[in-house]
Amino acid sequence: MRNDILSVLRRSPFSMCKMHEIATRVMGALGFVVVLAAFVPDTAQAFSDEELRNIAEQLDDKSATKKVAVIEEMAADGDPRVAPILKAMLDGDLYVRDSDEHVVIATKKGKVYTHIDIVSGEVAGESSSKELSKIKINNRLRGALRDALATLNLFSPDLAVRSAAVEQIMDARDPAMLPLLLRAIDREEDETLLARMQLAEATMALAAGETTDERLAAIAVLASETTPQIRAVLSQFVSSAEAEGYQPEVVAAAKDALASVERRLSTWQTVGDVYRGISLGSVLLLAAVGLAITFGVMGVINMAHGEMIMIGAYTTFVVQQALAPFLSSGSAWSLAISVPAAFLVAGAVGVVIERCVIRFLYGRPLETLLATWGVSLVLQQAIRSIFGATNQQVTAPDFMSGAIEFSTGLVLTYNRLWIILFSVIVVAGIAAVLRYTAFGLQMRAVTQNRRMAGSVGIRTGYVDALTFGLGSGIAGIAGVALSQISNVSPNLGQTYIIDSFMVVVFGGVGNLWGTVLGAFSLGIVNKFLEPMAGAVLAKIFVLIALILFIQKRPKGLFALKGRAVEA
Amino acid sequence: MTDYRQKYKMTPVVGWLLNDRGGMTLLAILIAAAILVPVGNLLVPESSAFHVPTWMVSLLGKYLCYALLALSVDLIWGFCGILSLGHGAFFALGGYAMGMYLMRQIGDRGVYGDPILPDFMVFLNWKELPWYWYGFDMFWFAIVMAMFVPGLLAFVFGFLAFRSRVTGVYLSIITQAMTYALLLAFFRNDMGFGGNNGLTDFKDLLGFSLQSDGTRAGLFVASCVFLGLCYIVARGITQSRLGKVLIAIRDAESRVRFTGYRVEYYKLFVFTVSAVMAGIAGALYVPQVGIINPGEFAPALSIEIVIWVAVGGRGTLYGAVLGAFIVNYAKTFFTGVMPDFWLFFLGGLFIAVTLFLPKGVIGAVPAFGAADRQSLFTTWRKRVAERRANEGGKA
Repeated sequence: MRNDILSVLRRSPFSMCKMHEIATRVMGALGFVVVLAAFVPDTAQAFSDEELRNIAEQLDDKSATKKVAVIEEMAADGDPRVAPILKAMLDGDLYVRDSDEHVVIATKKGKVYTHIDIVSGEVAGESSSKELSKIKINNRLRGALRDALATLNLFSPDLAVRSAAVEQIMDARDPAMLPLLLRAIDREEDETLLARMQLAEATMALAAGETTDERLAAIAVLASETTPQIRAVLSQFVSSAEAEGYQPEVVAAAKDALASVERRLSTWQTVGDVYRGISLGSVLLLAAVGLAITFGVMGVINMAHGEMIMIGAYTTFVVQQALAPFLSSGSAWSLAISVPAAFLVAGAVGVVIERCVIRFLYGRPLETLLATWGVSLVLQQAIRSIFGATNQQVTAPDFMSGAIEFSTGLVLTYNRLWIILFSVIVVAGIAAVLRYTAFGLQMRAVTQNRRMAGSVGIRTGYVDALTFGLGSGIAGIAGVALSQISNVSPNLGQTYIIDSFMVVVFGGVGNLWGTVLGAFSLGIVNKFLEPMAGAVLAKIFVLIALILFIQKRPKGLFALKGRAVEA
Repeated sequence: MTDYRQKYKMTPVVGWLLNDRGGMTLLAILIAAAILVPVGNLLVPESSAFHVPTWMVSLLGKYLCYALLALSVDLIWGFCGILSLGHGAFFALGGYAMGMYLMRQIGDRGVYGDPILPDFMVFLNWKELPWYWYGFDMFWFAIVMAMFVPGLLAFVFGFLAFRSRVTGVYLSIITQAMTYALLLAFFRNDMGFGGNNGLTDFKDLLGFSLQSDGTRAGLFVASCVFLGLCYIVARGITQSRLGKVLIAIRDAESRVRFTGYRVEYYKLFVFTVSAVMAGIAGALYVPQVGIINPGEFAPALSIEIVIWVAVGGRGTLYGAVLGAFIVNYAKTFFTGVMPDFWLFFLGGLFIAVTLFLPKGVIGAVPAFGAADRQSLFTTWRKRVAERRANEGGKA
């Protein structure tokens, strides 16, 4: 309670000048408040009934300036009965009853107004609108009321309300809030919120502090934090230092603090860029990894690859629609079923395409490119005819919604985190299939030496079809992931096809790790350029850089070594 | 076939023109169209059965521009094996050069009435014309730019790509990346080319109103003339000694290089010429359709151009012209009658032509001597056998 007394004393120079017009009675009451508060611990029942009634009546003053002063006066007290009054005033429900000049909260029901006494909080009669006169407010008062309510929320029993109030005070940085905040600090038990409150105190003490020591202490507190907000506080202080005539050592300390906060923030910014880059890279990787198999391993330019992704996304949509009656919304099951379903559907489509079109065109890559482009147009139009041209909604399961937020401004959304994880799993799975399974062995044998593979009894045509099916199926799985972060529309595939080719070409054909490295480096470079140049220009730069890169290394980062000359 | 060169001892140019049955047919049709269509439009009364409505003049003019574009693609793909999936970029750049001239011609007749600045710049609060818009109030400058800018881009791009021996599919993919990058760039308002609305609301060309029948007929004739001229140029290139080297490069690039030819210079030359032709096509296209926007840079459109060539018959030049007409007529027809079917048709066309008609429609016509009258089945059996042999030999 020592702080309570202190707070009033500390407040005095500010409040005094604002309150000079308030009657001495109020000043007396304040003194009484202090005494009373000292005796009634933790309830903050600061006003007596009579005082509350008296001060509330002053809310009906003609001068808005005076009303503001009264509101601040009431709010500064911390009496729990004040909040409903101010809330009612903000909502326009506060009236003066003509009969006894008492201030009441009145709620309208039909034509009848029910009065609620502000002191007891109980129903105190009814009347028509004629017997009440409304306490008028304007925008200035609304602002004051909102600030006042924020202060009062500091004492709410609800932790969430309290922390919201602290944030609001941090943003407003009104020195008049300081005493109240100090009292709230004294009472706060939650460790995290206490830290926030002390930070808020420091932001105010910086400007409002009396002595050099106080300011230096505040700066020390601020310097240990790393948020954009604190940077704003410090830079504002530094820039106004000359005009305000602060002590040189304070200004120097503030400058140092600002520099260190900025340094740490820029590190966090870099971390954020890398994360966003990895996130974009994982999307690119998912889109491109199927292509790394069909293009990289088989040498088939599959322009319909994007449509395989689209088919995967639509499979997710269909599975979700089909399972909707059996599952609660947000269930992870529909997604779990979608992954194998999308793999099978897209894989089957891939096998059909390989058997009907591509196998006649091996060794003629440019013709393959054109024919698969035709396939992609047919698939797009087929999907458009079946599902319509509009976007379909795929709802994300609960475990993928939400985000981890850091005070430094870094936000990690769960869906991106899951997609990063998912892409790693998919790539690891493909690597395992290629390395450890009989099919993987046959596939590598066929791509290395088709004739020899045939001679030892591998059905090469069969392996071709399955390899293409694998690549397409992976694209389908990518579609499941992409349906969670982008629109499911017939054009979904088109948006990824060029990027996918870029990744594979950049990484080097025929090398899975090249694709991984290619995807992540393209993603990260893109995200580092974005803050400097904007999203579109960044993309253009990356494309140009790629075109130039291909000049330097026409076969990508990891070219297959050999002496083969192209036919 | 009679070799007219031997028979009449003519100058080489006339000789290779007369030797070219398809080309002669094409030029004859173009001359006939350049005379009959304007006459049918302007002189024959509307009541007559021979009257050509104005919309058809514009439509045919548009097809002629597409045909010129297809011709430019066939020149590099059919004769040098360079599959560019970004030729739409050169077309659009030519179109933008012409569009800028037409924009400047609007003068103070725009919505905002600014005598210098086009409407969209006034809208964006720009105070003065960007430097790259200077000179476009002069027709000759715009025409030069419509050829120079695509040519320059092709030269720089080709110089880099061919020097480092980016070939085949890789080249196709980076040409696609090029047009995609330009698409994104031209969508930006800051570029000063009207953002995603592009350039439109044109009023007149060299003082002639673009809305009048006479101007439209004039543009149609110009399209015929330029298509004919470009055909002759392309034909000349492919028939020359240089053309022989180009075909050799198409069929076995490494061998040509080993024989001592600087392959990249040949490729660069023909690629640049082709881009200039595409630019001319764009410049003729814009006044006839009345708008140019970044959509013309879309990679999908550039791929479509290739299918025009493939449908008509790759490596014949006149086949490309025919293909452009067939596919675009089909497009006009299907998008009018049953729009949903159009993409099925186009997609099916891509598949069918590559699988069954590798020499296009022209190849199926025996009169042009290109078809080897084997059944389609034996053709692909042979091809599969070849491919098996190649694959085996390569590894």
